[in-house]
Amino acid sequence: MPDPALPNRWRRFAEWDERPLRLDKFAREDPSHGFSAFRSPADPKPGIGLQASRIVSMDGVLAHDFDMIDAFIALHHLDPAIAPEAMAMDSGLLARMLVDMNVPRAELVRLARGLTPAKLADVVSQLNALEIAFAYSKMRARKTPGNQGHVTNAKDDPLQLAADAATAVAYGFDEIETTMRVSRNAWSNALACAVGAAVGRWGVLFQCSSEEAEELRIGMAGFTSYAETVSVYGTEKSFTDGDDTPWSKAFLAAAYASRGIKMRCTSGAGSELLMGFHEAKTLLYLEARCLCLQRGMGVQGTQNGGIDGAPLTATVPGGVRELMAENLLAVWLDLECASGNDARSSESEIRVGAKILPYLIAGSDLICSGFGTIPAYDNSFNPSLFNAEEMEDYLVLQRDFEADGGLTPLAEHRALDLRARAVAAVSAVLDELGLARPTPEMQASVVVASGSAETRSYTPGEVAPISEAIKAREITVIDVIRALARRDFVPEADNLLAVVKLRISGDYLQTSAMVRGGRVISAINDPNDYCGPGSGYRMTEDRRLEINDIRDVLDRTEVMRAEATFEKAEVARIAYPVAGTAKLGQARDEVVIGISPAFGVKLYQTTAGHRLSDVLRVLIDGIAARGLRARVVRLQHTADTSFLGLSAARLSGSGIGIGIQAKGTAVIHAADRLPHNNLELFSNAPITRLEHYAGLGRNAAAYALGEEPEPVVVPTRGEAMGSRYHARVALIYAIETGLAVEGMAPQEIDLQFLGVKPGRQP
Amino acid sequence: MKKLTIADYPLAETQPERVRGKRGRTLEQITLKAVLAGEVDMADLQITPQALRDQAEIAADASRPTLALNFRRAAELVDVPQELIMSTYELLRPGRARSKQDLLDRAALLRDTHAAHTIADFIAEAAEIYEKRGLFTYRY
Repeated sequence: MPDPALPNRWRRFAEWDERPLRLDKFAREDPSHGFSAFRSPADPKPGIGLQASRIVSMDGVLAHDFDMIDAFIALHHLDPAIAPEAMAMDSGLLARMLVDMNVPRAELVRLARGLTPAKLADVVSQLNALEIAFAYSKMRARKTPGNQGHVTNAKDDPLQLAADAATAVAYGFDEIETTMRVSRNAWSNALACAVGAAVGRWGVLFQCSSEEAEELRIGMAGFTSYAETVSVYGTEKSFTDGDDTPWSKAFLAAAYASRGIKMRCTSGAGSELLMGFHEAKTLLYLEARCLCLQRGMGVQGTQNGGIDGAPLTATVPGGVRELMAENLLAVWLDLECASGNDARSSESEIRVGAKILPYLIAGSDLICSGFGTIPAYDNSFNPSLFNAEEMEDYLVLQRDFEADGGLTPLAEHRALDLRARAVAAVSAVLDELGLARPTPEMQASVVVASGSAETRSYTPGEVAPISEAIKAREITVIDVIRALARRDFVPEADNLLAVVKLRISGDYLQTSAMVRGGRVISAINDPNDYCGPGSGYRMTEDRRLEINDIRDVLDRTEVMRAEATFEKAEVARIAYPVAGTAKLGQARDEVVIGISPAFGVKLYQTTAGHRLSDVLRVLIDGIAARGLRARVVRLQHTADTSFLGLSAARLSGSGIGIGIQAKGTAVIHAADRLPHNNLELFSNAPITRLEHYAGLGRNAAAYALGEEPEPVVVPTRGEAMGSRYHARVALIYAIETGLAVEGMAPQEIDLQFLGVKPGRQP
Repeated sequence: MKKLTIADYPLAETQPERVRGKRGRTLEQITLKAVLAGEVDMADLQITPQALRDQAEIAADASRPTLALNFRRAAELVDVPQELIMSTYELLRPGRARSKQDLLDRAALLRDTHAAHTIADFIAEAAEIYEKRGLFTYRY
């Protein structure tokens, strides 16, 4: 009878309503209101007008009508010597050159200096997502990929910052970035991260994202080594609303360089839309303007790919492809690219995984411009695309695709050691400088904590006086280095000094610079030389082994070790003495159980964890329950379930047999059937329970009695059995097949259950 | 002197004797021991105008003329006091300068007292554009 309460709706939609994806909201394409990734009638047609090497018009706007962004691009980005040649080229041709491995990167970079924002956008919009990813891989400036991580926490706790910075360093991040919940805690955050980042190795660049003047001051005190909060925008109104101009930002860029601090700008699709000044232009075109500005300003790089606008951009059709396209523009313009993948753009783990993949396989100067190295709730920038929760997913993706995502698996004991060391180091510095005295209890709670919810350490209010004292007393990195050394943290003192010394030469101010193995590498001494298979970045064998070394990996030794632990208990419960060669049965009331070669010999439990003695007992009891007898034989010529069953059936007087492997896969077979046309099959051994085996025994007896029983169905909810068990299953099965000998006769087993009653704990 | 090229990069490796902090100390002299002895201060860890001009030459050789220009602007700012840098940045933000002359005055100051000619030209250029775009309007 139909339930009157049921709505007139296919309930599949109700199920979909419950999926995390449905928390994502999607926006209709609407260019007139700025909701368009690639196409808008308001976007200008590409074009340039030159008179005597002077730009008199650009993208349909006369110089007289240039807004400040047009003016800056015309003055500082466009090269009048290249523009006529580059702008005359067909956009389709330029698009093909981007994906042509035979066209050198340098030639495309040269042409980009003569291309206007509308032209650049027109070219990359002709590429599909795969082509964009490929072109990105070819065009990015530095050969070796890298990654950046966020290190923050909800309490601004310096002990946790130091511990998490040290852990991030060990995972291989090339840059770490912090920010605060309470802005006056900036100095404490900076000091704590600088100390933590000096644990283990040196060379990780560090920034503290805060108010511009404060950030520069913290940099001058030596705590930070780079900055990326210099935002630019693609429309004049949003730029002035952001309280800056291209000239003020360019001045700031020079100011950072003058202090020996590496810097990149930030831009990204959706910011103008969020700020309400989009001029009905597409996301891509506005970002093309931002990027031309940045190259014109002379910054070495950009953080783009949506950034804070990524979640908004991902709501429009093609939004994620647009994010890739704007990263491609950045590298085509020869900028270092910290390619977004930071602000979490979806609640759907599938969308998150799909978002990262092109970057992982293409590589990027910094794949994430903020991978959350801390739990999502501790991320003071807001949750990243990937957070600490998904760290291991990312590590496995690297291994799956043999793609270098910049990170390296970290062993548990090593992580704990580093955290303890970092907490001790920062505590010593705070104490030595008379800033605070963290108690052993505070320190201990932080070392093992996954996030700030578990710590008994500083609160934001308690951090504020520490931070203000650092600032007021004008404590510098030199004071911190001294404090570390005085408290016997000499390697950390050396590491911290090495990072600060980077600024003297300024080598790390060049495009795409980072420190690897104690050396500065950049687009200059590690240029991307991709020109087809075998060129560009390739992992060394050592690096490949490093990313493969995730935890809990099974091998044959591991499986055998596990089985050995069950062996001892099983030999006390059951014995399988051989009583000669198995005979052809004559009795109509018998069911033969054919066990596999390693059953109870080398393997002792099913993949569901049942002891083989218990499984045999319930099978035999099930057969006996219908008044029939079980006879056990060991098949030695095969380990295949179907043939175990069929061979058992052919030996059986009733013509019915059960075949069972040590891992628990079982079958009921009849002597007159084709090998793979069995009567019943338990293929999902990991979820097969003893009661199912008992039912299998009863049903086998029923078939022998000429009945048509209801088959035993092992209920499954669609668990991904394969991924959980297949590695182990394949290793176990290899042990079975290793014992099988072609043509060897089956053995009669005089099965004996010993002292302990099956089903009870010994 | 011969222009630096990308072959000279990284300078700290290829020409360590050329790389010196503001007080002339080489990288080799800036050791933990020296720090503990109180012989190193922040000035020793500061980049010099020369280092920035060197990096500008390398950037230019790497076909990055705009980056090179940024390094040359930076070279001019090394010895400009922090307060003057921050107040100049502030003046360049929209609506801070009341007139073109405010910016031109600042350009002249930087040119005359700090020989910051590239920076001064850059600020003068901003003054032109700001006037055209009405950016001298006070923003509340």
